Amino acid sequence: MSRTHINCIVNGEPTDFLAADATSLLDALRDELGLIGTKEGCGTGDCGSCSVLVDGKLNCSCLILAPEVEGREIITVEGIADGDQLHPLQQTFLEGAALQCGICTPGFLVAAKALLDANPDPTETEIRYGLAGNLCRCTGYDKIVRAVQEAAVQLNSTSKQGV
Amino acid sequence: MTATENPTNYKWVGTRPIRHDGFDKVVGKARFGADLNLPGQLHGAFVRSPHAHARIVSIDTSAAEAMPGVKAVVTGDDFPALDPTHPNYDTAVNCMARGEAFYHGHAVAAVAATTKAEAKAAAAAVEVEYEVLPAVLSIADSMADGAPLANPNNHTKFAPPGDPSNLATITNLARGDVDQAMADADVVVEMGFDCAHVHQGYIEPHACVVDYGDGKANVWCSSQGHFRVRSMTADVLGVDNSKVKVVPAEIGGGFGGKTTIYLEPIAAKLSEKSGKPVKITMTREEVLRGSGPAPSAELRIKIGATKDGELTAIDGWMAYGVGAFSDMAGLIGAMSVASYKFPNLRMETYTALTNTPKSAAYRAPSAPHAAWAIESVVDEIATELGMDPIDLRLKNAAVEGDLTAMGMPHPRVGLVECLEALKASDHYQSVPAEGTSRGMAVGFWFNIGEESSATVNLNEDGTANVITGSPDIGGSRASMALMAAETLGIDVYSITPIVADTESVGFTDVTEGSRATFATGKAVVEACEDLIEQLKARAATIMGVDVGEVAWVDGAAVSPGHGGGEGGDPLTLAQITAQAKRTGGPLTATASLNAAGAGPSFAVHCADLKVDEETGEIEIVRYTAVQDAGTAIHPSYVEGQMQGGSVQGIGWALNEEYIYNADGAMENASFLDYRIPVASDLPLIETIIVEVPNPAHPYGVRGVGETGIVPPMATIGNAVKAATGVRMTSLPMSPPKVLKRLNER
Repeated sequence: MSRTHINCIVNGEPTDFLAADATSLLDALRDELGLIGTKEGCGTGDCGSCSVLVDGKLNCSCLILAPEVEGREIITVEGIADGDQLHPLQQTFLEGAALQCGICTPGFLVAAKALLDANPDPTETEIRYGLAGNLCRCTGYDKIVRAVQEAAVQLNSTSKQGV
Repeated sequence: MTATENPTNYKWVGTRPIRHDGFDKVVGKARFGADLNLPGQLHGAFVRSPHAHARIVSIDTSAAEAMPGVKAVVTGDDFPALDPTHPNYDTAVNCMARGEAFYHGHAVAAVAATTKAEAKAAAAAVEVEYEVLPAVLSIADSMADGAPLANPNNHTKFAPPGDPSNLATITNLARGDVDQAMADADVVVEMGFDCAHVHQGYIEPHACVVDYGDGKANVWCSSQGHFRVRSMTADVLGVDNSKVKVVPAEIGGGFGGKTTIYLEPIAAKLSEKSGKPVKITMTREEVLRGSGPAPSAELRIKIGATKDGELTAIDGWMAYGVGAFSDMAGLIGAMSVASYKFPNLRMETYTALTNTPKSAAYRAPSAPHAAWAIESVVDEIATELGMDPIDLRLKNAAVEGDLTAMGMPHPRVGLVECLEALKASDHYQSVPAEGTSRGMAVGFWFNIGEESSATVNLNEDGTANVITGSPDIGGSRASMALMAAETLGIDVYSITPIVADTESVGFTDVTEGSRATFATGKAVVEACEDLIEQLKARAATIMGVDVGEVAWVDGAAVSPGHGGGEGGDPLTLAQITAQAKRTGGPLTATASLNAAGAGPSFAVHCADLKVDEETGEIEIVRYTAVQDAGTAIHPSYVEGQMQGGSVQGIGWALNEEYIYNADGAMENASFLDYRIPVASDLPLIETIIVEVPNPAHPYGVRGVGETGIVPPMATIGNAVKAATGVRMTSLPMSPPKVLKRLNER
């Protein structure tokens, strides 16, 4: 079976891997690069567990073929923190108990980062629509929405301080 | 948060530390069922029945075996033939059909190949010849005279030996004189209801890796209970438990659906035949078609009341459709009828088999159906009597000593406290917003105890490892650590809570029945109490006093000369463990128990909603969940259970249903078409935790996981009635069904 050699940037690092043409980006991340933080809940783009950023835009990695990311920049949940310093979203998810089983959490963190990157001060309704592509079956979304609200406050206060 | 009668000021219990397993789960390091890969592993794929009921005439695997990458193929013939009376016979047959396929999606063969794509292609090349048999697709069909048998191995439980039947249980409960009470009642309301099958909808599909070698299956999987995975897998393979080791992965949601097995013995057999590790992950479509949904139901409820609001009699008929294998859903449904005193009661319940997927538990199994019907009828009575629905329920609420439908007296329960808390809440005291209407309803779940083990090892620096066998579905590691911290008197973050494999901790039943924090927590506390006795003895040696003079206070040993009145300092836990070597060696303790005294949990919910008269769509604009937690060990995760249960119930009420075609195939087997609630469908879910401590737990814990899913359907149905005058009697209350009823007004 022939495999394509793909070069891209994953979580800031130039990366290359081999993948068959029909391999999804999700499978490539998990099986070729060992980045198991990106989860498969449906494989059909309905649950958002496999959310990643491709050139800064939110995508379901199960709907992208691996060869499509040649030359592009990908951020997964493993690339959200700054070294040991958790992203404010990761910290507010922990403090606000916004995860129960945790399987949807990576997708929500990536989707919430995409939301706050584009809209630093969202309303509750904007958060709910911004995260409507991600399914969570444990929390009823309440604590997730509150954690995103709290992270937005922290990020805005940090950016106002010019840090 | 309302602390009804819990005067104790704990240091750790009731606080909200960050969960110990949280970091790994927000950085992507936590390993769930599909996240382990072994060198040389193969991938498995299933062949599934395209018929709801069929005899398997022949299976030809030769073409599949010749395909590229294929290393092994298995069918039912590869597994031992269990006696049909064996407790895991149905599980074995559900994992892999033997001669007869009982539902569309039933596994009939499986393939292991080098890649997922090769396995899938080879599965499609397995040739199965079927003889289609008559299928039973509804409860009514199943219970009709002369109905074909859904499964010829089913016999009615607890009945005299007889012919096979479509009924798995028949339960008749009675007390008092229902006919006389109905004749004497001032108001009688009788209504019929039905519910479609719904799925637990955990986001993580079933997944496992099995590495078979030296006669032993080494299993890695996500489940609600790895000891049950072990015994079920061993039984299906026909080997001893010692030949199966199960290592628990993190579990990505279960809600009852991961209390059984589908994959592990199949992967084990494929691994045995191929000599390589085999990984199997279900697709979402397979999860919906081939794992257990909650039962469907048909219900008829009649309730009589006096004009001043005493509910004098209930006459109920409930039938649960459980798929193609025996189940106890009808009996459990009867057990869930327990919210009101009902001096006269007649409850007839059935468990009916259909040629649909084998039902699995779903959060307070069977209770949501019954509560939906009963709480709807109670609401009608409140309306007829012109009574506030909370006041009517307060007048009839079960208290300690009142009998459930099964005739069991309630222990101390908190229904009255929950009703009063809702009545006093900001939500209930407010006037519904313009254009919205309000409904409320009650839910009950009895909770269970069962067997648990815990080992607590003190480290030489005074930290501790708390080892249990209860998979952590939603924060139970944090709860175990909090109870250990409270008991030992040390910092919660100095404790490492661990979920150990089947060979590293004592037997522990499944995380189900809202039992983990109650029963496993009780074992943790008992092990810590054992350690305190050991610590006191070590301290006595160090202090040179009699052990009877030593007390344990705030994580330290105190005696008259050591902080106990004659000066000196107490000996802290860390000071004692530092000297363990010279005082007798490591400090460890194990406790195991079969926990009695699980505390039933009541919940009361309230919703304000709008009904779009043009589309039939229901929009929830405010929602409050009140529940008796006994004691909330980690209040954030108690709230999380209440919120999650509420929203699963909202999904059940508004959208979720298995839609079958005339041939018994599910037509909406994806998350696109089987629509669970998303964030934009919902408001915040307000919570009020009531604490009526359970006297049978050292910190007063009741289970909290399940009850929250019980009240939402009637809560919403009652609000829809208030909004439109229409009583919805069929779940889900989806827009087309609501619109039809609105147009019929």
